[in-house]
Amino acid sequence: MSEIPILKIGDCLLVSIQVDMHDRLAMALQDDLTQRIVADRARGVMIDISALEIVDSFIGRMLNNIAAMSRVLDAVTVVVGMRPAVAITLVELGLALTGVRTALNVDKGLAMIRSIIDSSENADAHRDR
Amino acid sequence: MPKTDNVTGTLIANHHDALMGAWLAAQKRDGRSRDVGTDAASADLARQFLDQLHRGFASGRLDDITGAEWAPMRELLEDFSRARATQGFSPTETAVFVFSLKEPLFDILRRELGADAEKIARETWTVTRLLDALGLYTIESYSRTREEVIGRQQQELLELSTPVVELWDGILALPLIGTLDSARTQIVMENLLERIVESGTEIAIIDITGVPTVDTLVAQHLIKTISAARLMGADCILSGIRPQIAQTIVHLGLELNVVSKATMADALGLALRRTGKVIVDRARPAESRA
Repeated sequence: MSEIPILKIGDCLLVSIQVDMHDRLAMALQDDLTQRIVADRARGVMIDISALEIVDSFIGRMLNNIAAMSRVLDAVTVVVGMRPAVAITLVELGLALTGVRTALNVDKGLAMIRSIIDSSENADAHRDR
Repeated sequence: MPKTDNVTGTLIANHHDALMGAWLAAQKRDGRSRDVGTDAASADLARQFLDQLHRGFASGRLDDITGAEWAPMRELLEDFSRARATQGFSPTETAVFVFSLKEPLFDILRRELGADAEKIARETWTVTRLLDALGLYTIESYSRTREEVIGRQQQELLELSTPVVELWDGILALPLIGTLDSARTQIVMENLLERIVESGTEIAIIDITGVPTVDTLVAQHLIKTISAARLMGADCILSGIRPQIAQTIVHLGLELNVVSKATMADALGLALRRTGKVIVDRARPAESRA
């Protein structure tokens, strides 16, 4: 069974999904990713799905779950590069993924994670004073 | 198979000219006031119809006009109703062409077969059924032509009414005009999402000034479009909400969950601010910045 690589960039993790997702692969990714967030003390997770052409309700739910799990582990999740057809499918399935942050591409996703981490650190610093 | 011995067919051939005259007069009388073209044209059409009718009677297949014997007749009627439909005639005015033949034809039947009551009843029934079938066929082809026209117009409207405009670098606008149904929403959504990907835009303004009414279905379509854009990483701003529509949205209890502005100008101002741009009045720059 192939495995989806998880790359570390600074304090962010980058997951680029290049193959068609099937359910077991999705479960394995969920497992790996939570472990890596803890092991690397990552603050941000970026999931690039620009190569993903087919998405079903299970994968949609998995994206939602990953976002919720990383929130519990104090990491921000951004899903980037969703194709129009995939977006329409998810909306028609009734999965608006309201808990997931999205960005157009990896560049904008990184900038978004950076600004969220910075603002939360500022808020923390403010509270400590 | 032909129970009748083609009495009517023979009569049509024998009294061709008298029948033509009476029929054309009846058409003129029943066809209301509308000008149905020159007398020569309608006489020509009537002659072709009578020829085909005669041929049809000769074939003996009087109970079924879908057969091969009636193919030239069907073609004639199709051409005729298509012409009438595109010229804007009403269904009645079109069908009267066939139905007005009954009276002169019955006149001749009565005159020629007056003595034989059984025969006259049988022939009248045959002719009535046949002409009714032909008349209905005329109306059917008429409405088929009309439906084709409507379908083409719908298609043209779809193409006309869904532009995506680039207002500024990184700001797209989608001015919606007319009622939003499922088919249109699908096209609007696809257009918008494609343009978002192409141009890497983060903010899209959806302007509904031209949408006459917003009901739950339209709102649902809007929500879908906005959600899909958000999934791709673009934010939507809703603008052009008229006072009545604001009231309707609240009365229906709809939750749009989106930043909305009353006018496109306000929405553009917000979009520019979000993308980090400032609009400055050149006459009084310092005051505007303050």
